[in-house]
Amino acid sequence: MGWISDFKSRNSDIQSTIDTCLKTIALKDPELAAFVKVECDDSGRAASGAIASKSGKLRGVPIALKDNICVKGWEITCASRILKGYVAPYHATVVERLLSEGAVLIGRTNMDEFAFGSSCETSAYGPTRNPHDPSRAPGGSSGGSAAAVAADMVPVALGSDTGGSIRQPAAFCGVVGLKPTYGRVSRFGLVAFASSLDQIGPLTRSVEDAALVLEVIAGADRRDSTSADVPVDVYSKALGGPVKGLKIGIPKEFIGRGAEPAVEEGFRRCVELLAREGAEIVEVSLPHTEYAVSVYYVVAPCEASSNLARFDGVRYGRRDPAPRTLAELYERSRHDGFGTEAKRRIILGTYALSSGYYDAYYLKAMRVRRQMIREFNEVFKRVDLLATPTAPTGAFRIGEKTGDPLQMYLSDIFTISANLAGIPAVSIPSGVNAEGLPVGFQLMGRAFDESTLLKAAYAVEDKLGAAG
Amino acid sequence: MSVYDIVIGLEVHAQLATRTKIFCGCRTDFGAEPNSQVCSVCAGYPGVLPVLNRRVFELGLKAAVALGAEPARHVQFDRKNYFYPDLPKGYQISQFRHPIGSGGEVEIDSPDGTRLIKLVRLHLEEDAGKLIHDASGSSLVDLNRAGVPLAEIVSEPVLKTPEEAQAYLIELRAILRAAGVSDADMEKGQLRCDANISLRKTAADPLGTKVEIKNMNSFRHVRDALAFEITRQAKVLDAGELIVQETRLWDPDAGRTASMRSKEEAHDYRYFPEPDLVPFEVDDERIRRIRETLEELPRQKRTRFCDQYGLNLYDAGVLMADDAVCRVFEELAGKYASAKTLANWLTGPVTAYLNEQGLGGEALGAGRMDHAGFLELLVLVDGGKVSLKAAREKIFPEFMKSGKRPSVILEESGLAQISDDASLITAVDEVLQSHPGPVADFRAGKTNALQFLVGQLMKATRGKANPARVKTLLEERLGR
Repeated sequence: MGWISDFKSRNSDIQSTIDTCLKTIALKDPELAAFVKVECDDSGRAASGAIASKSGKLRGVPIALKDNICVKGWEITCASRILKGYVAPYHATVVERLLSEGAVLIGRTNMDEFAFGSSCETSAYGPTRNPHDPSRAPGGSSGGSAAAVAADMVPVALGSDTGGSIRQPAAFCGVVGLKPTYGRVSRFGLVAFASSLDQIGPLTRSVEDAALVLEVIAGADRRDSTSADVPVDVYSKALGGPVKGLKIGIPKEFIGRGAEPAVEEGFRRCVELLAREGAEIVEVSLPHTEYAVSVYYVVAPCEASSNLARFDGVRYGRRDPAPRTLAELYERSRHDGFGTEAKRRIILGTYALSSGYYDAYYLKAMRVRRQMIREFNEVFKRVDLLATPTAPTGAFRIGEKTGDPLQMYLSDIFTISANLAGIPAVSIPSGVNAEGLPVGFQLMGRAFDESTLLKAAYAVEDKLGAAG
Repeated sequence: MSVYDIVIGLEVHAQLATRTKIFCGCRTDFGAEPNSQVCSVCAGYPGVLPVLNRRVFELGLKAAVALGAEPARHVQFDRKNYFYPDLPKGYQISQFRHPIGSGGEVEIDSPDGTRLIKLVRLHLEEDAGKLIHDASGSSLVDLNRAGVPLAEIVSEPVLKTPEEAQAYLIELRAILRAAGVSDADMEKGQLRCDANISLRKTAADPLGTKVEIKNMNSFRHVRDALAFEITRQAKVLDAGELIVQETRLWDPDAGRTASMRSKEEAHDYRYFPEPDLVPFEVDDERIRRIRETLEELPRQKRTRFCDQYGLNLYDAGVLMADDAVCRVFEELAGKYASAKTLANWLTGPVTAYLNEQGLGGEALGAGRMDHAGFLELLVLVDGGKVSLKAAREKIFPEFMKSGKRPSVILEESGLAQISDDASLITAVDEVLQSHPGPVADFRAGKTNALQFLVGQLMKATRGKANPARVKTLLEERLGR
């Protein structure tokens, strides 16, 4: 049973639940640094505006938010110096939906600066630590959210996923991470990294909790033109249903790609469980996913370079105190405000969009992306789901990959394709590696078919838990 | 100064006639308190997303159809990236690869007859804000204009003189207004114009280096700035020097252009498709509906006025200069014998009266002017009951001010003409008797004498006699 159902069935006291959360945070967060700031007070009353309704599907459920989701009256920084002190003037759509269903917003979690990273190490606040081994990274960029859930500080946190930023930290911290279909959840109020790839999703301790949270935050939003007017299923209803007859594809391009043995082993165990339950396992091919990382590191920085242009020191955020010229206002505010990885991506994107390079980089990357989407569409005519590992390894040590951006980028090799194709994907724990660190199993589904995706993830979680 | 072949192209920004902005619900009212029509979306706050105002897209398509351009079937926006304090997001949402209209043309009158000025394209985009530089040296930003919907209309570089450029702008404005696409009021910044101009020895030569001119806030500025620039460039070329490719600002007070920035500083805008807006398709049915319901455009109307009412092109043009006057004309033309006389009245004394009183054409609306009374005045003149001069100068102004019927005014004022023969014949006989000399002259063949006799008669009746009738009666009496 998931945390939320259990909480409701026991008719637990909301106040004592909040107390427990705050106590756990007080105890563990000094070491883990999952939170940028705890925003709610002892009574569960969050800072201005964010007062939960008295009823609803998530009544009394404590939820943490990644520091790139706007809550009216809360500071929001995206873990960047450039936004320090900036207070959001409005609620993100997901925040409105959580509050109207009674959720209690606990605070803001740490992340890689503007979600640029896979370890939380690019945060202006310093890294979050992995609850399973504090010398290791929690993954990223939603590492604070993953660590907060894994360390029992909150049962639910929201993250955002542009290339694996929910799923990879979920795998590293041993929790469930769901990236919904592009357009399933409104992006209004999510500070944009790469607009065509970003999605908000839940990190939880169970598939059921993820399903319940998705039910609340999903759905069309007139303030986000890219949100889809597709009916929202009651995802939790699908859980526990049979997986017999489901066709699950194993993309051969994702297997034997240098994942560590425990990852491969966990992956095989999950696939076998599904097969034992009557799912049909077939090998499939997605040749263009080989270029996923390359395509991603053109498209995402291009969009990011433009999305981050608004941080110019003119209206909000960091502003150089004494510029002599307009150019100096921009240069100094941005030079001091952005960290190294943010600068790297802005320069990468600016370069790739420049006249003379646009065709070779952006256009070509978009062509490959479209080809990749066609391949996924073809494959999904034959199979219902795709199964892969989530990340090639368990959590790496803090500092281990910061000197080598390319190595860091490769930790998203299995997750990036789902963002490029816009399809939903979920990561669930599949075991532990030799160092006792969690590793993850990923399922990808058809666009807007989160029901099937979650049903299969639930079955694996269930059997894996029973197996021990 | 040598003679050069002049090449001018114009880029016009027309504000589309919507109440709200292109990507948010903020108002577009002119003259509002700075930053009073701004929200998180048009101010580019973190996390916001644009949502296209459907009306903008509809007006854009309509503008395309009205200008004879090929309307877009695939609607998509792009980001134009550059830094400036009046640009809140650090990029402008515009259309680069898929303009809302491609091609098109505007017909203008030029000394060589009518000319078709071809258009390159028109595209939709959001306006930027406005910088206000105060006396202390600081700059303030007003974002009321940020996100106001614009259509940018780009002509081919085919205009040959400043006068043609002006004629093009006037015609373009008339089309946009007639189609209800833009109010196109230059004083409110709803119509703005940048010009590209280059000179070359002859039309057979390749295009010369072009200079862009900005900050021309009226049709006159456009004409004057271009005229100045032609002289400036011709002098540079005459001296054997090269034209610098640059942007120049028109200074209306100094009457000259001055360099703003050279091409070296020009931007690379790094256009790419706007990922926050979903592209969509336009079906034929929609285009067909726009074509069918499109308002009558100025050229069509002018032609119709000539055909239907027998006016000449000039009169039709004068009449159409004011929409309200034009409407009154169409309303009354069927109720009165001579369209030409009606047009002369409306464009002559009526317009003069409005200007004098500082009134707009609305003052002629049925609620404010007694249309039947106005026609009565025209009939009184036709019937010789009052002279045209008295009708224009005395009765019409009195009619507009008091609202009394012209026949009543006529009676009260004693301006009525004596047209009945019984009264006139007595007066004629008196004049003939007291001026035997001129009578003899006339009979001896000096026809000029008749004019003298008419004058004497008008004097005797203190101007109230109908001069045409007087002349006829005199001639009869004198045996002609």
